Amino acid sequence: MMTTTTDRTAREQRADEYAGPLLEVDNLSVEFRLRDRTVNAVNGISYTLAARETLAILGESGSGKSVSAQAIMGILDSPPGFITQGEVRFRGEDLLAMPEDQRRRIRGRRIAMVFQDALSALNPVFTVGDQIGEMFQVHLGMSKKDSRLRAVELMDKVRIPSAKDRVKDYPHQFSGGMRQRVMIAMGISLEPDILIADEPTTALDVTVQAQIMRLLKELQQDMSMGLILITHDLGVVADVADKIKVMYAGRIVEEADVHEIYARPAHPYTEGLLASIPRVDQKGTALATIPGQPPILSQIPAGCTFHPRCSWAQSICTTEEPELLTVAMGRHSRCHFWQDVLDAHQ
Amino acid sequence: MGRYVIRRLLQVIPVFFGTTFIIFAGVFMLPGDPIRALFGDKSPGAAVINTIREKYHLNDPLLIQYYEYMKGVVVGDLGVNFRDRPVLDIILQAAPVSIKLGLTAFAFEIIVGILAGILAGLRRGGYFDNLVLIVTTLIISIPSFVLGFVSQLTLGLELGIFPVSSIREGWPYAYILPAMILAALGLASLTRLTRTSLVENLRADYVRTAIAKGLPRKRVIGRHAFRNSLIPVVTLLGIDIGSLISGAIITEGIFNLPGVGQALFRAIGAQENTVVVGISVALVLIFILANLIVDVLYGVLDPRIRYD
Amino acid sequence: MTEGRDRDRDRAPNFESAPDGGSPVVAAADAADTTAKGEPDEKQATLTSDAWRELRHNPLFIVAGLVVALMLVIAAFPQLFAGQQPIMGQCSLSRSLLPPQQGAIFGTDVLGCDVYGAVIWGARPSIIIGLTVTAGVGIIATLVGSLAGFFGGGIDAILSRFTDVMLGFPFLVGAIVILSAFPDRTPLIVAGVLIVFGWAGLTRIMRSSVISAKDMDYVQAARALGATNGRILFRHILPNAITPLLVLVTIGVGGIIGAEAALTFLGVGLQAPTNSWGLSISQSQERFYQHPHILLFPSLFLSMTVLAFIVLGDAVRDAFDPKLR
Repeated sequence: MMTTTTDRTAREQRADEYAGPLLEVDNLSVEFRLRDRTVNAVNGISYTLAARETLAILGESGSGKSVSAQAIMGILDSPPGFITQGEVRFRGEDLLAMPEDQRRRIRGRRIAMVFQDALSALNPVFTVGDQIGEMFQVHLGMSKKDSRLRAVELMDKVRIPSAKDRVKDYPHQFSGGMRQRVMIAMGISLEPDILIADEPTTALDVTVQAQIMRLLKELQQDMSMGLILITHDLGVVADVADKIKVMYAGRIVEEADVHEIYARPAHPYTEGLLASIPRVDQKGTALATIPGQPPILSQIPAGCTFHPRCSWAQSICTTEEPELLTVAMGRHSRCHFWQDVLDAHQ
Repeated sequence: MGRYVIRRLLQVIPVFFGTTFIIFAGVFMLPGDPIRALFGDKSPGAAVINTIREKYHLNDPLLIQYYEYMKGVVVGDLGVNFRDRPVLDIILQAAPVSIKLGLTAFAFEIIVGILAGILAGLRRGGYFDNLVLIVTTLIISIPSFVLGFVSQLTLGLELGIFPVSSIREGWPYAYILPAMILAALGLASLTRLTRTSLVENLRADYVRTAIAKGLPRKRVIGRHAFRNSLIPVVTLLGIDIGSLISGAIITEGIFNLPGVGQALFRAIGAQENTVVVGISVALVLIFILANLIVDVLYGVLDPRIRYD
Repeated sequence: MTEGRDRDRDRAPNFESAPDGGSPVVAAADAADTTAKGEPDEKQATLTSDAWRELRHNPLFIVAGLVVALMLVIAAFPQLFAGQQPIMGQCSLSRSLLPPQQGAIFGTDVLGCDVYGAVIWGARPSIIIGLTVTAGVGIIATLVGSLAGFFGGGIDAILSRFTDVMLGFPFLVGAIVILSAFPDRTPLIVAGVLIVFGWAGLTRIMRSSVISAKDMDYVQAARALGATNGRILFRHILPNAITPLLVLVTIGVGGIIGAEAALTFLGVGLQAPTNSWGLSISQSQERFYQHPHILLFPSLFLSMTVLAFIVLGDAVRDAFDPKLR
């Protein structure tokens, strides 16, 4: 336990030393070069994350939310993916400009990632204890025995019952929720500064979802981490996030504090997302949907990317792509008519 | 794990009896009278023939004959050939040659096959990968006896690198060429399977997780992907041992190696049914045991199997 | 887009990846593309139609397919290619072992028979056995495998025991022993024995296919809708489970032709007067050092045929298995 305290103090020291934000993504673009076409997966997104802050990135499949996270972690499949512009600054240092071996040392240790579907994300032939303990063995040079002990501690921390016995079990012997806790244990094992959770609850039951989200929040507060939550599920985000960035077709279309977005959306897409959440008091009425399909990323429409599906669209939307316009302090929307959207939800 | 092994062991018993019965029934139910064949042109009296038939239980129903035979097998008595030489003896004398051939081929196959498969898989789509695909396809298509003859002709006679026949030169020289030919088919399949398995596993989700954990590349491939890739390969090895056994029959024939395969061949030609059955039973037993070992190995590698 | 800073490529921690990316982005892009561009008649993109579309453009598939087609024609109508069947024992010994020349483009063999004729007429038994055994093994494997996999329990136990027993024979050993007992080995007998010793392997695969299909949600759904066992088996499970079988079977034809040649070579397969590639090769054993043509031509035809079937099967398998691309 001595190591943990010293680590944390050292880290907190470092955190206080560097004045800027923990993570700064600056105008990041990623494209996929395929055989016959190029897909613009991420198109000039920027955001920052402060220590102890929870940022939720919300979007459908194909919005580019996972790809941007992969770019930050440096685990992008390349080829065919290529980062074409931008910087990702961790404590002021651009990760994209770092040599690979330096970057690898940060990966898992300072910035960690948790994936969805723990059954395929965990290696089926090694015990859970081995896989968690591996972090200590590889990054900290610990012995197998010691790392096994730490693994048990971590499994306790993520509240897996009978951790001491279960540490020798294999992933397929756990239930879905327990497996996800194993993934989280692996993620927080070295007390990273940032934890990125990519759809951590998507493969789980609703009740288990709530448990996992609560666990993540507690761990974050306990360990003073920055948390980036990637999801498509608005319901999951409300209790946990501080800020939300809504992504659509590779761009950020709205960013705001969590309460503001739920109360008064300022972008038609966000508005549509909120409206399509089924609510108990709407029983008996038709489910609201956003008409149309997400765009083909190799053929993004001119003007505003959302205009083909937008009920607020007018002729300017087909020709001029809106910038991220300021709605209020710290709040932006990529819509020509954000004011109208906002006013509609007084 | 223990339960898994025991279950597999129990499975061996009915399989062993089933296969040996089929061999026994197949051979002894056949047209032709082995006793008359014993005497060649001479025609002994009916009484003589009958005595011999009694001695060998040939007048009893098939199942009794089988039972008597198996009683012998269990203690290692596989009967005698026409010259009263114990079949077990014949097998034991021929065995060392076949074992040397088989093990050499097996080792060659595993080492070259897995290495080539890994290299091809790591540089998928590259020059080596395509070369491997073409060569393995060719090897699989050209029958082993053709490969055997051609190699005898080129490497053996024309270039004089390897001996073409008999074991006079001893191990390893006399065995290298036959072992390579014997290994050829298995090698081709092994290489392809290793490659495919590795490629699939390199794209698996758990590999992405391992990379995200900041593990060095060597560890991700060498430890995580490799273990998983080996699983189907081990299964293939089990099937492969079967082809090695039957392939040896052909290879020993072509290269004139006095092994068990050749002995089987001679016995078939001479209609020595006891020898035929004896050798076949031995081969089947070896095959069944080899498969048992492979299955256990599979259980060691893949924990998901153990808890079924 | 403007200046490509391909930094990630220099230190790509991700080794090789599929040309079409495992990224959900790309998958979504692909899906969106297909639905947007749309097949002209809005047909559902089934695996079969996708596979067929890919195969049509695969040069290997086309070439291999043509070779197979040619062999099938030769097997069906040897007279068109070589006239009279060269019957062993009826060729003129005075013309023995002639090199390729006018009148005998592949030369003559030990018995004076025309090698070209022997090779052409040899196609039929080999290919017939190849196809018959494949069909036989396929049918048995489908039947036994589905019954065992679908019904489970006692039926599965019995059928699996049978399968295990047959799998206890190393590849050709059983066939060699049984065939050696028949004094008169017609192609039918050889095919029969090969089927007897060949059905078990494929059956096991079919059985596990059916078992995994049985657990799928669409089967539960069908049951909930009141479908009978028979209907579920035929309409839902079989079409899905049979794909790996079909793929293996196409590759398997090549293997069976090779196996028959091996058996004949060992002397326990087809016999004279049936021409067969294995027989021609076997007869060339003693003399081919001085007269390579008697080994060369039958070997070439045999290898080419097996190769064509295998390449065909490979192409089909790759087309049906998207993960491998």
